[in-house]
Amino acid sequence: MNLDLPKYKTSDEVDFVIVGSGAAGGIIAKELSGNGFRVVVLEQGPYLTEADFVHDEVKVMNEDLLTNKPKLQPTSFRKTPSEKAKPRRALVYGRLVGGSSVHFTANFWRFHEIDFVERSKVGPVPGADLRDWPITYADLEPYYTKVEWEIGVSGLAGASPFDPPRSKPYPMPPLPVKGSGVIFERAARQLGWHPFPAPMAILSQSRPGRSACTNCGFCLGFGCEVGAKSSSLATTIRMAEKTGRCEIRPNSYVHRIATDSNGRVTGAVYFDEQRNTHLQKAKAVVICANGAETPRLLLLSASKQFPNGLANSSGIVGKYLMLNSGGVTTAVFEHPINDYKGFAVSRLLHDFYELDPQKVGFCGGGGIDARFDVTPITFAMGGLPPGTPGWGKAFKDTLAHNFNRTMELFCHGTSLAVGTNSFSLDPDLKDAWGLPALCLTYKDHPDDLKLWAFQNQRADELLDAAGAQKKWSQPIQESQFAVHLLGTCRMGNDPKTSVINSDHRTHDVKNLFLCDGSSLVTSGRGQPTMTIEALAFRAADRITSLAKRGDLT
Amino acid sequence: MLNDLSRRNFLTRAGGAVSAVWLSAHWPAIVAAAEHAHQAGKSSAPARFQFFSPEEAAEVDAITARIIPSDETPGAREAGVVYFIDRALTTFAADDQKTYREGLPAVQARTRELFATIPRFSAASPEQQDQVLRSFDEPAGSSRSPRRRIANSSFFQTLRAHTIIGFLIDPDSGTGGNRAGAGWKVIGRDPDHMFQPPFGYYDKDYAGWKPNPPDAEKAKV
Repeated sequence: MNLDLPKYKTSDEVDFVIVGSGAAGGIIAKELSGNGFRVVVLEQGPYLTEADFVHDEVKVMNEDLLTNKPKLQPTSFRKTPSEKAKPRRALVYGRLVGGSSVHFTANFWRFHEIDFVERSKVGPVPGADLRDWPITYADLEPYYTKVEWEIGVSGLAGASPFDPPRSKPYPMPPLPVKGSGVIFERAARQLGWHPFPAPMAILSQSRPGRSACTNCGFCLGFGCEVGAKSSSLATTIRMAEKTGRCEIRPNSYVHRIATDSNGRVTGAVYFDEQRNTHLQKAKAVVICANGAETPRLLLLSASKQFPNGLANSSGIVGKYLMLNSGGVTTAVFEHPINDYKGFAVSRLLHDFYELDPQKVGFCGGGGIDARFDVTPITFAMGGLPPGTPGWGKAFKDTLAHNFNRTMELFCHGTSLAVGTNSFSLDPDLKDAWGLPALCLTYKDHPDDLKLWAFQNQRADELLDAAGAQKKWSQPIQESQFAVHLLGTCRMGNDPKTSVINSDHRTHDVKNLFLCDGSSLVTSGRGQPTMTIEALAFRAADRITSLAKRGDLT
Repeated sequence: MLNDLSRRNFLTRAGGAVSAVWLSAHWPAIVAAAEHAHQAGKSSAPARFQFFSPEEAAEVDAITARIIPSDETPGAREAGVVYFIDRALTTFAADDQKTYREGLPAVQARTRELFATIPRFSAASPEQQDQVLRSFDEPAGSSRSPRRRIANSSFFQTLRAHTIIGFLIDPDSGTGGNRAGAGWKVIGRDPDHMFQPPFGYYDKDYAGWKPNPPDAEKAKV
């Protein structure tokens, strides 16, 4: 690509600095630069391209080629705020241009109407702070459609009777069905359920510069070598660069948002690769650093004027974290499924999306998908039935027999917002740059675990109907590790109980915006990225109109 | 650069599996991906050991051959796992050097402790070797000194993990593991970079998507 890419000076006050280049950051960069603004995207990770993506499980999984680096970025964990947190690997997120959208599974369900108004529908839930969103599904619908068409989402409109209304079909047909999907579809129909082709942010038809999925089988956890996965790297980052007004600046670790005496932000302070400090000046800042790093950055930006952290007059920055509950039931079938071929998920069902709390005894809902998302080493380490010997002939024989005959059902579900679940700054632990590390405090709401158990029973029923030869479930247990990072700077109308308003503007600072998983008020049913991206398109519209009428200063 | 032979192999494999239309649409991306993988795979197993002495390598090789034994199908030995581990210990697994430096002598000591006349692990019979390894893989709560047990078990678990990784890693990774794709042959993982459905037994007679019944109600649970 021989684009004339802009290089802004740090002293040059650009219109927007965007912190983070993932699912939300990529879209906001594309939209704002497309609307004529001068934009710098500061990304802590490197700028890799398709040529850097490999099928080497050691490089990708063990050496964290695409993700946060535990050695440089240690973390700690505790269940409740009264405990002292212990150093422990507590989360994973994409740390490169494109963020977690590079390595994700690419499940792309929309949220349903209920996710925005659940509190009004079911009333208060003891032990949780369940709230309605300040926007509804109808407000977001045009932006869901925009995501599907702009980045490329495969799917079949109308295939699920539980789907919310949509204004346009998908831009391309679903990906091919996998063996796991056929097994799932047949068994689910036997049970009277409604399986449907999973909407995936993976191309079933090629687009300029991007191949359709070649079914190589290294998908979840890996970067796509042919640009078929609709990551920000393969889509919006490139579109942003094509405007000629957006600079993507990798290896730039933002650790402070600068403010002036009027309480306005003036830019972002970051370390470059050599650990030199810079201040990139900007008229406004949009933080899209994910549901862990966004609150951390606000807390790191505490000052005399903002003693609790920037935009934290409510005291809830980092709180109400939701991780999405649920787990995997694995099954072995008689004949080769060869489910290692292809992307992860081809069939899904939403029959249990909206459950009646009076009947089931908990608040929440979920989706169950059929998949095989593990690569050979990971499978050998963790994919064999419990009790299989760990070495020797029996190990080898089971491995050889099962690899092609194994599939999984993944039960995805709600997490309820609980005030004591949070990301905060660890008081002792420091990262390699000497800054306070992330501390994860988390104890699942009891309803989330009940939902998990409920869905595991449905998974068992489905696998029995399908004639699985063997099945076993991951034990239901409280979370100690975070992948989906949601709710930590949530949206709302009341500055006392939320961090941003429905324009994604922080209640406290007029020219500071937040948009990523942290913005979510509820967790949905397990697949947040589509909603994060729809919010990002909407936020970009809101920010553009505020900026155009001079309402940022 | 992709050499002619591998390019031809790749073309042949590709041509057998997919339609010409599909191929022409996807060809540039696939060639790029394959070329890239073969580039990475060029640095194959090192001719000489970097970390192990030849004697140590023979012992490690013997242990890996019990973790994934050779029978009708290839085992760790045929997959060149010992070369992979040797290279790993000077690169991404350098932190484990001490574990090997201390663990290997412990295996030898245990061998002599259990079988007084056998000088080293590699000289024992497969059954005797398994007995030695089982003593390292024993469950918690055994009578041995807990500290020693944990240290030794940590060596065995590390070696077990490295053996599995060296057996199943992408053969094009350039790490020397999974030599000639031996490990993937055992598990039935085709090394191609692209596949066309049907993928297996269950989807081969799939009749195509049929809508859910029109009377499907949103039957709430």
